[in-house]
Amino acid sequence: MIEPFVLRALLAGLGLGLLAAPLGCLVVWRRMSYFGSTIAHSGLLGVALGLMFSLDLTVSVLLVALAIAMLLIVLQRQKLLPMDSLLGLLSHASLAAGIIAAAKLSGQRLDLMGYLFGDIYSVSWGDLTWIYVGAGLVLLVTAGFWRTLVALSVHEELAAAEGFNTRGAEAVFIVTLAVTIAIAMKIVGILLIIAFLIMPAAAARPFATTPETMVGFASLIAFAGVAGGLALSYQLDLPGGPSIVMVLALLSAVSLMKSVLVREG
Amino acid sequence: MPRPTTRLMTGESLQGAGHDCDQRAQAGDHCHHHHGHHHHARHVEPRPVDDTALISARGLRFARGGRDILQAVDLDLHTREIVTLIGPNGAGKTTLVRMLLGLAPPDGGSLQRQPGLVIGYVPQRFDIDPAIPLTVARFLTLGPAIRPQAVKQGADAGSPIARMMSRLRDMLTGRLTGWLTGAGRAQSPAIAMVLAEVGADGLAERQLARLSGGELQRVMLARALLRNPDLLVLDEPVRGVDYAGEAALYSLISRIRDERGIGILLVSHDLHIVMAQSTRVICINGHICCSGVPELVAQDPEYARLFGPQAARALGLYRHNHDHSHDLSGAAIAKEAPASGGNGADGGDGDSSSSSNGKGVRGKGK
Repeated sequence: MIEPFVLRALLAGLGLGLLAAPLGCLVVWRRMSYFGSTIAHSGLLGVALGLMFSLDLTVSVLLVALAIAMLLIVLQRQKLLPMDSLLGLLSHASLAAGIIAAAKLSGQRLDLMGYLFGDIYSVSWGDLTWIYVGAGLVLLVTAGFWRTLVALSVHEELAAAEGFNTRGAEAVFIVTLAVTIAIAMKIVGILLIIAFLIMPAAAARPFATTPETMVGFASLIAFAGVAGGLALSYQLDLPGGPSIVMVLALLSAVSLMKSVLVREG
Repeated sequence: MPRPTTRLMTGESLQGAGHDCDQRAQAGDHCHHHHGHHHHARHVEPRPVDDTALISARGLRFARGGRDILQAVDLDLHTREIVTLIGPNGAGKTTLVRMLLGLAPPDGGSLQRQPGLVIGYVPQRFDIDPAIPLTVARFLTLGPAIRPQAVKQGADAGSPIARMMSRLRDMLTGRLTGWLTGAGRAQSPAIAMVLAEVGADGLAERQLARLSGGELQRVMLARALLRNPDLLVLDEPVRGVDYAGEAALYSLISRIRDERGIGILLVSHDLHIVMAQSTRVICINGHICCSGVPELVAQDPEYARLFGPQAARALGLYRHNHDHSHDLSGAAIAKEAPASGGNGADGGDGDSSSSSNGKGVRGKGK
């Protein structure tokens, strides 16, 4: 019989997999994995600020993530520094600020390792409700903007010229990404969130012929990674989140190997 | 339909630097150039906006960083017209197109579009990121909602009931399985028809990232046509397409104009090669240098020899001779030497009122 905490972990992982598939594909298509990492790293700052001002941590993480995203969008307009340098700057500045704030907080109120790497086995039924409500909302919004988001990924200018609401979709995408990160932080931790987003998408790419099939395959691969990773971690007594990421990495490696060995076209 | 007469704009000289507008004027058109003295565009009496035009622009200005990229641009685009915009790199062609498309708000002047105007846009050639799996069929359905007329043109979709039935059939046979397999809505009659129209039948299930330059251009064209546009805007449509493909594309574009009766705006950075079917050629370099009717040189034997009689018939060339040229920073732009096979390319000086010049044959210089 499955123990309740394993069942909760499994449900949390599956919910996250469902959520991560479409967003992960978009992150891969739009080359935004570094952007995602930066927002994720700001999560630690969000946690520290939340503890400082006694806010709900999910809400404070969300707010800080959105603030960093806005800052990035504004900073994008300057031309002196390339985007990846900017991202590196913000990413590590917010990580450092988060660690300092955490150290300054009295006692052991902040479990740094827990936030950096997550603890999927500590997920409560309350957390699960958060995960599924959040995932449902994010998926709904993403589905609503799906055509625009895909068109944007193919050619932004063309999409704008064709009357797509590219600005709106861009904003929606960043907000959903921030929400996803706030939700996923507890499960896989700040440092591994982006792995959870891009690995299923990467593993799905060689099998897909359309954007939608890629999302479908990414979901299946994410489910397999969650189930396999949890089984592995339970059997060998390994940390849950990192085990899932390792299984996903393995699946991606096999899948990419396939596309290297079997060259199509 | 009478060809709309576009009064030629006299551009503003750029700070005394001779701007490269030594366009050989065409019969009936005049190029007013005032080299050497500063002539301000606002001295030209404004013409009223043309209400019959699809798009009518007056005195458009676009500035970046305190510098005018484009100024005093008057432009009317009519239905059934093929207008070719030429000019060197950095002349502001893409900026002008972006303003016409509504992607960049002008910093001055007026821009009037016909109400409900639908523009089909084919952007400059770009590389499809192979990270996005995309079949041609899916790419075509990705566009914004197809206008009803496009559906009506579809095979047996006359009545609403027939349309609903075909939709239902589509859904049952194609969509459900198609969603997973990616075969998608390739069966959709509108898509099959538009692919056939541009000569891209059979490409529906191919991956976009693996198409050749010419194939991709046809698919882009199909996507633009799917919206049943009133105006088609093509930014450097033959870039990255080989010579034979170029001729084929040009003849396709003119056939689309004939069959659909829409307006077409072409952008080219190649000063020497312009579509023969153009009703008007507009030369810009920061402003409109001049505009006129291109001359046909298809009968030139050198063309028939180089590209075959078919291509020669479809391809017309229009020589734009640069005696001198400067970019805005003052650096001279290398003057292109006449091509190896360039017979008929006289080295005549740019007498802008002459109508006998402007005929020449250019190879591609490679």
